[in-house]
Amino acid sequence: MSSREKILSNIRQNRPKEEVALPTNIDFENFTDDKVQKFVAVLKSIGGEAVEADVDFIKKDISLYFSKTLKIINLYPNLEIIGEDIAQIKDAHDLALVDLAIIEGRMGVAENGSIWLDETCFGGHRVLPFITQHLIIVLKKENLVENMHKAYKNLKINEIGFGLFLAGPSKTADIEQSLVIGAHGARSLKVYLV
Amino acid sequence: MKVGLFIPCYIDQFYPQVGIATLEVLEKLGMDVSYPLNQTCCGQPMANSGFAGLTKGCNANFIENFKGIDYVVSPSGSCVLHIKEHLHSAENKEQAEFLQHQTFELCEFLTDILKVEKINATFEHRVGFHNSCHGQRMLGLSSMSEKVGERFSKPLSLLKQVKGLELAELNRNDECCGFGGTFCVTEEAVSVKMGKDRVADHLSKKVEYITGGDMSCLMHLEGILKRQKSEVKIIHIAEILNSK
Amino acid sequence: MKTHSQASDIFNQDEPRVDWHDESLWFIRQKRDKAAFAIPEWENLRDIASQIKENVLANMDTYLLEFEEKAQQNGIQIHWAADAEEHNQLVLQILQKHGFKKMVKSKSMLTEECHLNPFLEKNGIEVIDTDLGERIVQLRNEPPSHIVLPAIHLKKQDVGDTFHEHLGTEKGASDPQYLTEAARQHLREKFIAADLALTGVNFAIAETGGFVVCTNEGNADMGAHLAKVHIACMGFEKIIPKAENLGVFLRLLARSATGQPVTTYSSHFQKPRAGQEMHVIIVDNGRSTQLGREDFRSSLKCIRCGACMNTCPVYRRSGGHSYHSAVAGPIGIILAPNLDMKKNKDLPFASTLCGSCTNVCPVKINIHEQIWKWRQEVINEGYAGFEKTQGIKLMNTVLSNPKIYRFAGKMGRQTMRFAPFLVNNSLNKWFKNREMPAPPKESFREWYLKNRNNNKNEQ
Repeated sequence: MSSREKILSNIRQNRPKEEVALPTNIDFENFTDDKVQKFVAVLKSIGGEAVEADVDFIKKDISLYFSKTLKIINLYPNLEIIGEDIAQIKDAHDLALVDLAIIEGRMGVAENGSIWLDETCFGGHRVLPFITQHLIIVLKKENLVENMHKAYKNLKINEIGFGLFLAGPSKTADIEQSLVIGAHGARSLKVYLV
Repeated sequence: MKVGLFIPCYIDQFYPQVGIATLEVLEKLGMDVSYPLNQTCCGQPMANSGFAGLTKGCNANFIENFKGIDYVVSPSGSCVLHIKEHLHSAENKEQAEFLQHQTFELCEFLTDILKVEKINATFEHRVGFHNSCHGQRMLGLSSMSEKVGERFSKPLSLLKQVKGLELAELNRNDECCGFGGTFCVTEEAVSVKMGKDRVADHLSKKVEYITGGDMSCLMHLEGILKRQKSEVKIIHIAEILNSK
Repeated sequence: MKTHSQASDIFNQDEPRVDWHDESLWFIRQKRDKAAFAIPEWENLRDIASQIKENVLANMDTYLLEFEEKAQQNGIQIHWAADAEEHNQLVLQILQKHGFKKMVKSKSMLTEECHLNPFLEKNGIEVIDTDLGERIVQLRNEPPSHIVLPAIHLKKQDVGDTFHEHLGTEKGASDPQYLTEAARQHLREKFIAADLALTGVNFAIAETGGFVVCTNEGNADMGAHLAKVHIACMGFEKIIPKAENLGVFLRLLARSATGQPVTTYSSHFQKPRAGQEMHVIIVDNGRSTQLGREDFRSSLKCIRCGACMNTCPVYRRSGGHSYHSAVAGPIGIILAPNLDMKKNKDLPFASTLCGSCTNVCPVKINIHEQIWKWRQEVINEGYAGFEKTQGIKLMNTVLSNPKIYRFAGKMGRQTMRFAPFLVNNSLNKWFKNREMPAPPKESFREWYLKNRNNNKNEQ
């Protein structure tokens, strides 16, 4: 008997025989805060930053913090930031030198400050939001939902190859529980809510 | 209402004053209390050591002693819990189940069955209350710091009725003291460290007394206090509720 | 191997360090409380999570087959391993098929359980643990002491010394920011150079054939998205029925683990990227046996948040290594005896049964009740030892017989030899750091006979 058969047969023999119904359609309606306010506050508490903005503000803001000499990949249209052309990058390892990536988020979750990104956000390289030194995400306010239950109602996971909820910059507290921002992924996250 | 007093073995032997206080508190509230003379132990020391199979004798003895009793009341959350969870009898199934249901820890009996709202007691001291785990987490005598929901405490609601008593608020409201039955000797180092930490929390709040509903926890804490030559004393909650 | 009690004895020789360890973990417990109390429906969520997992236990085979089918449709290769050895062999075969010599690994308690690293190293593979805490303990040649916080037992000075030796940081430097930056630089090189990335699995979804990996550092993603081959290893109990169930579990997991509202990265792997190979290894290694133990099967509901460890007053004061098992703390106590009862017979006794673990568990495993039940199993299997059995039997004779009890009490009270919990002639252990109560002149019963007894029950 193959291991597969052996494992499945043991499971069939040993599993509990009484059925427990699977809870479905879980949601809770008790969260009345303003979604934008909540998202901004929670993201701040986990080391990120979110501001309400329009295109002009974003352009000005980015130019304040990021010099043009840096290696930038911009996947958000309308910003007039040329940067590197990700279509020309064949090997993901070449992204190791990217200083800033600007991408568009699909959905934000107010209760935990996370943003859903799927691989259509990354210009063909899944590693982009992790390998870049700094990350900017532009997110439509109308795409904010209250909680994770509502978020999953909006998602069709089986239609994508890869996606994630990203909540703030990369962090660790593995040395004496001291929070350090910038473990392996992006050192900073700024979200513009448009 | 016939109340049977269940005095756990270590209270009988080491802390008779706790049994006396429990008896007197119940008598003052007009209860018809008797103490069945052939009681010994609930069986927990064996069961918690992994020898639950050996407790038939204790079970039979308990059932025999509390025949004809409406409520069994005991000044120990831990022993009451053992009765509620593990009292079994193949021969006397019905009586065992009746007793499981009708056995109460003293504070809970006072707040839930007798619905006591005014205790005639005075204790002019600063006191820290030690939540024993079995009373708190398993019998549900008070809300637990881990659980989301309303805050309440049956023993504290009684202590708040005592004149002159000043209650200290601890840093860790419901941390285990480390007694743990045979744990106190099989895991001596951790047991003692837990006890020392619990004592330190009370001492940092400048209490004169540490009280609680389980003498076993208090005996462990007393052992540490005495070794530290501390002036702070332990006292069972029954003794406070019985003080004039 | 030292027993839990012996190891704890040594751990407690440095009391300030015990205090520090206790406070570090208590701090995390407090963060967990704060996060939980911010969610009014918290207890309701725990109920739902528990029900989903109960449903999984009863339908395990169906969900695993559904997962396999969907995953294969997604282009993921599925392997089944009956035990640790087969799991390790499967990983090695994949490495050898490609002629790979280097791999990066993100946190996977399963590979700790299977002792994958030493096996691969023996076979000439360089394995780099990429979670910062795991990298620290790997460099020190130690096992992790906590499932979520592998290096929680170490002080920053210890990490500074280790990094000075292995990564060339400045001697004596112990600033966490500085040390983390050094690890970032060091591990970036390893990510870039790795041929293969191995990750754990937090949740595998039957309905979609995909799986979710949660990290704060981003190390699982850095590895998986750069390497040519990605292997994800999972104990079969990681399966959940539907993607929408993640809404429940992701709300509970990080809040229970560290008090964060969600982990920084909750990555949903569905298909390999173009040109990449993706494998999932489904491991049994004793789990199907545990599934058959009615009293203990619900331990398989565990989502490895570590909340029971952070809250455990014994774990906080004995450290993870004292449990001599890949998974320490309360959950380790109820998992380890299933794998090897003889080796782990001491663990069920390394608890006061205080019940705090059960209260924090996000999937409502009755941990402390299972600890109690494992004690009975260990004794029933004959692992008590002669002295202990005799001691307990003697105690039982005394405590179940009123006349002997009273005689023993009277005799023993004065010399403090009577105490039901002091078996095994271990009186000395009580006295090492504690006094006994002053002996009263009479027992309660004796007082009662003098003061209350109206010839009701004359003895």
